[in-house]
Amino acid sequence: MSLDTNAPFLSVNGQAINIGDAPLRRLSDVLREECGLRGTKVGCDAGDCGACTVLVDGEAMCSCLMPVARAVGAEITTVEGLDNSIGERLKAAFLHHGAAQCGICTPGMLISAVALLQRVAAPSEAEVESALAGVLCRCTGYRKIIAAVCDAGRPVAPVVMPEAGHAVGARVERLDGQRKVDGTDVFGADEWPDGALVVRAIRSPHHHARFSFGNLEEWRPEGCAGVWTAADVPGVNRFGVIPPFADQPMLAEEVARFRGEAVALVAFDDGCEESDLSDFPIIWDPLPDVLDEAAGIGAADLHNGRAGNILTQGFVQQGDVETALAGATHTAKATIQTSYVEHAYIEPEAGVAWMDGDMLVVQTCTQAPVMDRDDTAALLGLAPEKVRIIPTATGGGFGSKLDVSLHPLIGLVALKTGRAARMVYTRTESMQSTTKRHPATMTATIGTDAEGRIIGMDFTGDFNTGAYASWGPTVANRVPVHASGPYRTPHYRALGRAIHTNGPVSGAFRGFGVPQAAIMQETLYDKLAEAAGMDRLAFRRLNAYRDGDTTCTGQMIQKVGIVECLDALKPHWEAALDEGAPDGLVRGVGVASCWYGCGNTSLPNPSTIRVGVRPDGQVVLHQGASDIGQGSNTVITQICADAAGLPLKAFELIGPDTAITPDAGKTSASRQTYVTGKAAELAGRALRAAVLRHANAGNGARLRLDGGSVIVEDGGDVRRIALNGLPANAFGYVFMGEETYNPPVTPLDENGQGTPYAVYGWGAQMVVLDVDEALGTVHLRRIVAAHDVGRAINPMLAEGQIEGGIAQGIGLALMEEYLPGRTENLHDYLIPSIGDVPPIESILIEKPDPEGPFGARGLGEHVLIPTAPAILNAIRHATGAEIRKLPALPHRVHAAIAAVRGQ
Amino acid sequence: MIAEYFCPADLDHAVTLLAGRPCTILAGGTDLYPATKAQSLTGSVLDLAGIRELRGIDRKAGGWRIGAGTTWTDVLRADLPTAFDGLKQAAREVGAVQIQNAGTVAGNLCNASPAADGVPPLLTLDASVELISAQGIRVLPLSEFLIGPRHTALGAGELVSAILVPATSGAGYSNFSKLGARRHLVISIVMVAGRFVMEGDRLTTARIAVGSCSATARRLVKLEETLVTTAGPPSTALVADCVAKTLDPIDDVRGSAAYRADAAVALVARMMAKAYQ
Repeated sequence: MSLDTNAPFLSVNGQAINIGDAPLRRLSDVLREECGLRGTKVGCDAGDCGACTVLVDGEAMCSCLMPVARAVGAEITTVEGLDNSIGERLKAAFLHHGAAQCGICTPGMLISAVALLQRVAAPSEAEVESALAGVLCRCTGYRKIIAAVCDAGRPVAPVVMPEAGHAVGARVERLDGQRKVDGTDVFGADEWPDGALVVRAIRSPHHHARFSFGNLEEWRPEGCAGVWTAADVPGVNRFGVIPPFADQPMLAEEVARFRGEAVALVAFDDGCEESDLSDFPIIWDPLPDVLDEAAGIGAADLHNGRAGNILTQGFVQQGDVETALAGATHTAKATIQTSYVEHAYIEPEAGVAWMDGDMLVVQTCTQAPVMDRDDTAALLGLAPEKVRIIPTATGGGFGSKLDVSLHPLIGLVALKTGRAARMVYTRTESMQSTTKRHPATMTATIGTDAEGRIIGMDFTGDFNTGAYASWGPTVANRVPVHASGPYRTPHYRALGRAIHTNGPVSGAFRGFGVPQAAIMQETLYDKLAEAAGMDRLAFRRLNAYRDGDTTCTGQMIQKVGIVECLDALKPHWEAALDEGAPDGLVRGVGVASCWYGCGNTSLPNPSTIRVGVRPDGQVVLHQGASDIGQGSNTVITQICADAAGLPLKAFELIGPDTAITPDAGKTSASRQTYVTGKAAELAGRALRAAVLRHANAGNGARLRLDGGSVIVEDGGDVRRIALNGLPANAFGYVFMGEETYNPPVTPLDENGQGTPYAVYGWGAQMVVLDVDEALGTVHLRRIVAAHDVGRAINPMLAEGQIEGGIAQGIGLALMEEYLPGRTENLHDYLIPSIGDVPPIESILIEKPDPEGPFGARGLGEHVLIPTAPAILNAIRHATGAEIRKLPALPHRVHAAIAAVRGQ
Repeated sequence: MIAEYFCPADLDHAVTLLAGRPCTILAGGTDLYPATKAQSLTGSVLDLAGIRELRGIDRKAGGWRIGAGTTWTDVLRADLPTAFDGLKQAAREVGAVQIQNAGTVAGNLCNASPAADGVPPLLTLDASVELISAQGIRVLPLSEFLIGPRHTALGAGELVSAILVPATSGAGYSNFSKLGARRHLVISIVMVAGRFVMEGDRLTTARIAVGSCSATARRLVKLEETLVTTAGPPSTALVADCVAKTLDPIDDVRGSAAYRADAAVALVARMMAKAYQ
């Protein structure tokens, strides 16, 4: 590489760019900030995630690790420069295979793939894995990325969009996909007004500490525009996703209750933000801390009114569990512990806030814009209508971007200074300060009769909810409803408790505690099948819910797809049981099931969708379901299009900007396809009805758009409605449908009896793996996943959910363990890499749900639930070893094997 | 705050600069940048990228000279005898291609992580480290260069100019295995490297090194000595005894000390079984 610092110009995508006078700046920073090439993403600033990968003279490099001076004289290629034939074919293959979900890792993946494809035109899977191994993806499970790169030699074919009435069920490419593969999608860190202040937070280095400030007035490093503390918070300094439990200050007052909690804000003029904060005037006085749920109970109360640190509990009971278990032929009992799991989306939290008159505008990545608006307004003492949230593309969320993070922080600075204020969390800051999956300590006993029928289950789970409430109550309530699994359990008692500790705040993470509970119940199921002398799959089929059964909450359920899922696995199961392992390894096969209620537990959670036709004939969908990669921009539109009877390609989307789009609720609880989808179906039908009414046409009429007209064909009768002659409503539409859907649920009584959910989804997965017993290592060979989705609105996106959920299940089972203070980066905290996800076969079962739109059920969380228990069951099948503490790291597997061998 | 940046074109200039002021030495940058949250390195930085003589692997009469600017990708692409296979296998396990394209072998040594991927294979190659300063050149065996975690024998005003592998170490074949909790991008729990020269069914040279199981990677010298004086693979008991007496593993987030010891025994025993196949 030639190097000439006298010629401070970079050649980026063939253009010469002045690098300024900072030779040791990260190339990534120069590309983004100076060159405006924000397709290059930054996920860790440490070379751990590969999102910032660029080509330097054709070789893939992490631009975050490269001093800009090194790049002088080399040809730099970023995602924006992939407009050659290799790049265009690759991008088309990514869209065709659904290889981009949220899109934040996509530029790094594309660049890494191009480095390979320039050398090898038709690479093998192994070559692709090796070339892409430096880029982490948290959404896709990698399999579709591998398929896309292997298929990138194919010529680009024109994309065919479905005709009117045929969108539902079609493998439509993501409607927002092109900008993700072009690197032009705007994420939280990608856009800000000139002159915006840069905000940094002072955070607690202790798990629990009292603090006091020195002279904040005198502390003013260069370019510092101000310092703010809890004393400056104008509203009620308590937020939380469940208002009755709101307990978390945006800036701590006197005591910090967890490591990473923000205590003060400092804003800097652009360019001065790297000032040293180590002399910030604060004195810390560490206090005793407790970090696990067992120690939390009975320790000094973290919050007044929550005695024993028990935030809340959920309880479900039916029948007489003690008598049933006493009379059981076979019983199995165990205690299992799980760890903190970090969401590890590749996009750290980022956003910008500014004042628009007396309106505070916050533009940021989020899963829940309206909840963000309301929490931010309350913290800052503003009326909700004086806060506007403009969601950007969101680079993964998985539950953590439901809670506000930096929204009120940058909002406060904008409010106090009148200037735009932006903030980008560092990877460590993101990991320290945002929510986690609850660690759980669970104990359960399950009993069967002599024929292997479940007769009773007794479950207790303590969930470490950390320093503040967040979604702890949801976990405590959802787990007891689900802890039986999708199985008939006539006598049942389940208690879930959320326990405060000084650990990081546990919140929502894909499944709200149900993935942990499934580990408990599904591993006991294997022991019971063995005791009853039954095949493990047959045991599950025997006990699985059928249509017309009553759940443990007393709810009668219909259209239950679990038996169909288990039956779909059967040929794969039988084949796998006949296979042997390679030399030196032992083969194991495991299975587990899931069920999961879609939407809030026994609480209202409506969605509203508005769709209109403008006078110029453009169909506009106010798509309020935040698309965090899962595909709601595409799926909701497919539903609305078919309901309206209009072609998918006619739709223009407006995102979930709180000022212009009705509330479609949060992206959580696997509710968007079902709840917002149902609202979209109703709104589409309402739009269609309005047109038909105007045309005085019957229900069977066909609609066509033709420039500024709608053509209504009703039998032989054809009517053309010229739209620009019609009066537009207050929203500017000549025809409009706006509908709200709220799932019909009922509250649970003191025994947890009621209708907590209107729709459930079902699934079962089987895992084939080999264990190296001497090392305790686990080698996944393949996974088969059967999920009843009711109706696959978009089969490709459904497969993407399955593969991505399985990847997170693999992480939960085998490697992910967040330890505050010890694994606060992406090299000590491990998420699955491209080599850790085996081939996955997805089987979509479509047993239409009577309530869901076009029969669809939710899927997003279901897919993660069976994976970890199926892996643990396969490890036990292979070795006899029972893993009682997750993740099953090699040393734990090794110890469990030694224990079972009596060593 | 403002960085002082030097990018000399030759070693003489570099050591003169180093003699005048303490400098952070920038090789591949793959350890320096992760160590800061800032967008730029700070302080005085001496960049080795401009020194062409440092890049690449030379074969000379006395052996191989791996210049301090040599990246892991350079190692992978170099024409080297089978004795270097272990080093190449380690090169493939240093991060992924992005890190291999930037990170240098010498930087891996200077960073002095107990889990440095390059150290076990270089120990089996009897590698030494060439240090240069304004006062001259000195050469230290790798085992003496590495003192402990994040601690080397590099003195003030010194930089590593090359890693030297003697010609005699070009004999035989070698291998490397790394045990981690995920497939790629992983800091090892245990690493094992070996180099063997076999004559007939007897080993005439054996080098075995284990990483991530002590403050620095160590050779199992007693095992090596036993192997060249006896026939056939060693007993597991012997391997276990050598591991217990030589290594000093710790508990950390990646694994327990007891597990590390057991895994080291298993990996070494496996490597030896293969060696005698």
